[in-house]
This record gives sequence, C-alpha cells and structure tokens, in this order.
Amino acid sequence: MQVPILKQGNYLIASVQSALSDDDLRLLRDDLSDRVGRFRSTGVIIDVTALDVIDSFATRTLQSVAQMLKLRGAYTVIVGIRPDVAFVMVQLGLTLADVGAALDLEEALEHLNRRSHKPNEYRTMRTGDPRGSARGGGAPSRPTLSGVNRRQDQDEKPRSGHASPRSLEHGR
Amino acid sequence: MKRIVRRKPQNRDGVHPKAPSDEAKDVLLPQFVEHLRQNRTELCEQWITHIAQAELLTGMSEEETLTEATSVYDNYVEALESGSVEVLQAYARKLCDRIIPRGGETHEVVEIVLLLRDTLARSLLRKYQNDFKVFNIVLDAYEPAANRIANAVAVSFVQQQEEAIRKLSTPVLQVRERLLILPIIGVLDTRRARQLTEQLLRGIRDRRAKVVVVDITGVPVIDSKVANHLVQTVEASRLMGASVIITGMSSEIAQTLVTLGVDLSKVNTVGDLQGGIEEAERLLGYEVLRDPPCAGMEGHTGEKYASTHS
Amino acid sequence: MADESRINISNAAEIVTARRQGRVLAVQLGFDGSELTVIATAISEIARNILEHAKDGEVIISRCNHRRKCGICVVARDSGPGIADIDQAMQYGYSTHKGLGIGLPGTKLLMDEFHIVSVVGQGTTVTMKKWRH
Ligand SMILES: Nc1ncnc2c1ncn2[C@@H]1O[C@H](COP(=O)(O)OP(=O)(O)OP(=O)(O)O)[C@@H](O)[C@H]1O
Ligand SMILES: [Mg+2]
Repeated sequence: MQVPILKQGNYLIASVQSALSDDDLRLLRDDLSDRVGRFRSTGVIIDVTALDVIDSFATRTLQSVAQMLKLRGAYTVIVGIRPDVAFVMVQLGLTLADVGAALDLEEALEHLNRRSHKPNEYRTMRTGDPRGSARGGGAPSRPTLSGVNRRQDQDEKPRSGHASPRSLEHGR
Repeated sequence: MKRIVRRKPQNRDGVHPKAPSDEAKDVLLPQFVEHLRQNRTELCEQWITHIAQAELLTGMSEEETLTEATSVYDNYVEALESGSVEVLQAYARKLCDRIIPRGGETHEVVEIVLLLRDTLARSLLRKYQNDFKVFNIVLDAYEPAANRIANAVAVSFVQQQEEAIRKLSTPVLQVRERLLILPIIGVLDTRRARQLTEQLLRGIRDRRAKVVVVDITGVPVIDSKVANHLVQTVEASRLMGASVIITGMSSEIAQTLVTLGVDLSKVNTVGDLQGGIEEAERLLGYEVLRDPPCAGMEGHTGEKYASTHS
Repeated sequence: MADESRINISNAAEIVTARRQGRVLAVQLGFDGSELTVIATAISEIARNILEHAKDGEVIISRCNHRRKCGICVVARDSGPGIADIDQAMQYGYSTHKGLGIGLPGTKLLMDEFHIVSVVGQGTTVTMKKWRH
C-alpha cells in the first residue's frame, strides 16, 4: 500500500495509513527522497497516527528514512505516536534519535518553522552536518534572547509589507 | 485567551520598543484593579456562568457557589493589586477543604481560577477595545500577574492536598493550556507506576500538552524499578512531542539514582514545583513566541488545499 | 470464543494478522490499556524474526492458565536455520541482519515469561506468556 505524500510549502507530509511492509517502506523512503530533492523541501512530517504497533523494524525504518532525508537536507518530524505505542516503544528500549516528535500536524509545522528560523541550525542542516540534528526531539532548547528577536524579525518581514522599527534596527 | 496570550511577546519586542512596563505597573494596573472593583457584581456573574458552563463545582448549590466565587474574586483582585498571593493561597487551601467533601475535586479550584483569569482578560479587552496600545500595555502587566496567581494556587493545593490528590482517579492536573502536572505521592509499585504513566501519556494527547511537570516531592524512596520507570516516562513523553520536567527530587533520591547508575542525562530536573512550573512556562513562552510563524502557517494551510491535492 | 488461533507467517501482511489476532484474544481475556499494545508488539517482533531470519513459520496464540492466573500464550515456530548462540542473540544490540538487535531482548522484557529453544539447521521456537494481573 502506497503512502500518500502532500506538499505544503517547504515541507512534505506523508501519512502512513496502515502497517507497512518492507516494500512499502522502501517505496516511501525513495519517494520522499526523490521529492525532497525535487522540491528542495527542508522538512518532512511523517504521520503515524494510524499505526497501532511500532516495533523495532518500524523504528529502524523510520530512523533510516529520517537519516537519509537529513543527508538530502530535510529534517524529519514524526507525528501522532499514540500513548500506548510510545509507552511500549520505551519499554522495548526503542528511541527515535535524529528525529523530531510532535503531537499533531499543527505542532509539527510549528516545530519545523521554529527550526528553519534558527539561522545556524539551518546552515548545519543544509550541509548535512550530523551535529545539526543532534538536538532533535520534542524538547525545545533554551531560547536566547537574541535568537528570539531574530526569529521574530524574520517572521515579520515576509508577512507585513513594511518591517517593524525593531526589525529594521536589527537588519542594519 | 490564546490570541491574547500570543500577542504579548510580539508587541513587547516589536510594536512598543520602549518597554512600558513601569508605566503599566504604576498607572494602568491600579486603574484596571479599580475597574475590577467597580464591576465586581457583573464580572462575578459572568465568571459563575463560565464555571457552570464548564460543569465545575456541580456539587455546590448556586448560593454556595456565589458566596465562594465572590470571596475568591475579592482575594484575587487584592492579590493582583498587592502582588502578594499568600492570602489567596491560604484561601484556596481552605476552599479545597470545603469543596472536596462535597464531591468537588481539587483541580477544579485551579480551573476556576483560570476561568477567572480569562473572564477578567475579556473584560480588559472590552474596556480598552478602542485603544489597542493601552490594552497591550495593561495585558503585559496583567497576564504575568494572573498566571503567577494561578500557579501559586496550583502549587498551594498540590502541596497541601496530597491526601486528596492521592484519591483522585486521574491525578494528572492541568494548570494552564499545554501544561500538565503529575504529582506522584507515596511508594510506587509496578502496577501503579504503569497506570500513572498511561494516564499521563493519554493526558498529553487529550489535552495537547507540550510540557509536563512530574513532581516527586511526595515519593519517599526510589528503587531501580521506579527510577527506570521515570526515565521511561520522560522518553515516552518525548516520543509524543512533549517535554518533561522533574521536580522535588531530594538529595537522597538523587544520590540513589546516581548509585543505581540511572541515566538522567536526558532528564530535565528543577528543584521545586514552583520552579518547575516557571521553567515550564518559560518553555511554553518560548513556544508562544514561535507563534508568528504559526500565523504564517495558516497561509501554508490554505496553500495546501489550493495547490497540493493535484 | 476461539481459544487458540494459528497464523502462518510467510509475508508481512500475515504479521499484521497475527498481532491483530493477539489483540482480539487479549481483549477477550480481559487485558486492557497498554498491555494490549504490549502483546501486539511482542507478537510483531517474533513474527518479524520468523520472516526475516527463517523465511516462514507459524504463530500460535492461545489462552493459558496457571493456578488461579489467566493469561495469553504465544508460540512462534519455524524450521529455519536456528540460532547457534542464544545468549548472544538475547543481547541488546546483537543482530546478524543489520537490525537494531532489540527484538528478542526487548520482547523478553515486555512479557512475563519468555523461553527460546533453537537447534541449528532445524529451527527455532519461542514461547512467551503474559499474565493478567
Ligand atoms: N527465528 C529465528 N531464526 C533464526 N535466527 C533468529 C531468529 N530470531 C532471531 N534470530 C537471530 O537472533 C538475532 C537477534 O534477534 P533480534 O530480534 O533481537 O534482532 P534483529 O531481528 O536482528 O533486529 P531487530 O529485531 O531489532 O529488528 C538475529 O539477528 C538473528 O541472527
Ligand atoms: Mg528481530
């Protein structure tokens, strides 16, 4: 069964509908890799809400997909791991390194937006530096004040036609 | 309320470059407090309507609710004015004692205080709707104060009502949007530990929590099983996209954990519950600050339906 | 209520069938909450091992009793290559197939009882149980 992939701005969203076979997963990986290259996507969201079991095989595959996408310049966020599934995964000893996690689509988009507005992280991500993704995960890092202002300014520019006084100050 | 909360950081850094907090504290907040006193009856009524709508305090008669609500209101306004929350805290403790025998639950008290916060914020919006600039300044002063009060109340009853919490079927408390508290009390056995984690993880999903504070002040001893369990809970929450802060770890327990070789490198610990909630708010504030891109996201969403279904 | 179900494992879809059957029986036996996912995941792991390391085999899921306890019993059998060093295979992170090496040791942690018997050249049998508490 094929996994549908949606393009949304700079991001791709793949919704896993049911348990995946090896072939499905391989297809998903190749498909995502191809599109990340074609659309120059910077983020990929994989929605696994439909999965009632995530075993070591599924974890390994998700992780390898994420690692491969990272080399292609995109950061992966897994969305919708169910409470019971998360609990069993940790009992098994499974974690998702190099991958972000979010509660739902909205959160995942926010997570990706937040990342892409961090200038240095953005850079390391594009060059595929492994350190760039070392801080994956749901835990937001401690924000620094300058980082906060900077991100806001970047956000404001494209939206309002004129920059706020504050962001002008920064731009200089 | 969501929209209102999000406005704050944006205008603090953007629209009003000259931080107007002093002006707000000295002039505008007293003005607002005066407004709250003048409209006491009306605002209390609104608040009670919200309490009823939220189906809180259903075990109490209308009269009782009115009496209690008015009294909380007065204490609340006083706390706003003086910046001292002790009186309100003491009152909240007494209130917990009174409503629990009547089938009320302690977390209801916090929810009620949050409803009051929102009722007053709406009134604030109405009062200053023609002057958004002033509205933002007052909100800047009001919101942190209001949150401090809600937190103080939450902390006071978490600490004072251990017995009551122990009896709660679902001890996962919501202090504010996206923030849950799980106070763990007593000795954990495997079964109870499993139930607690299950409840917490479901709570994260159902209430879309972003940060969880697990308070273990009430845990006297810890063994390797429970310790591993804590670590598992932290990891599982992360898999769901939430961060966990652990508070109330005594030095004995910390020592035990080190001796047991439990890997706490990924665990965020903060001294006490109050500090934990503050840290959580900071994390959430950080999220809140990220909202401008979220507004941009709405644009993306539209785009998605317009162009990618092909 | 069928107290036993047998599922052939020779492709990925059958792994899904096996864990669904496991979930159904577990519900009937009174398991709840995350225990259902525990059981389904354990079945998934050992069924996956059959497919990955032995090509085909079967999974048998049944009810079991011991004194007053009641639980679920899962047997996974194959006639594949077998495992030469079981202690090694049970170690976290050991895998001959570029896996995470978590399947066997992780499943043992999930279940209350876990036995593995394997003869090189003849096959492998995993028997595991979870009791209802
Ligand atoms: N049914 C089996 N037949 C033959 N060898 C097996 C069988 N099950 C497990 N093994 C051997 O034991 C090793 C460990 O198994 P285990 O399930 O722990 O890890 P894995 O399957 O390699 O990776 P993972 O399960 O983490 O994806 C396997 O690599 C394989 O060599
Ligand atoms: Mg395996």
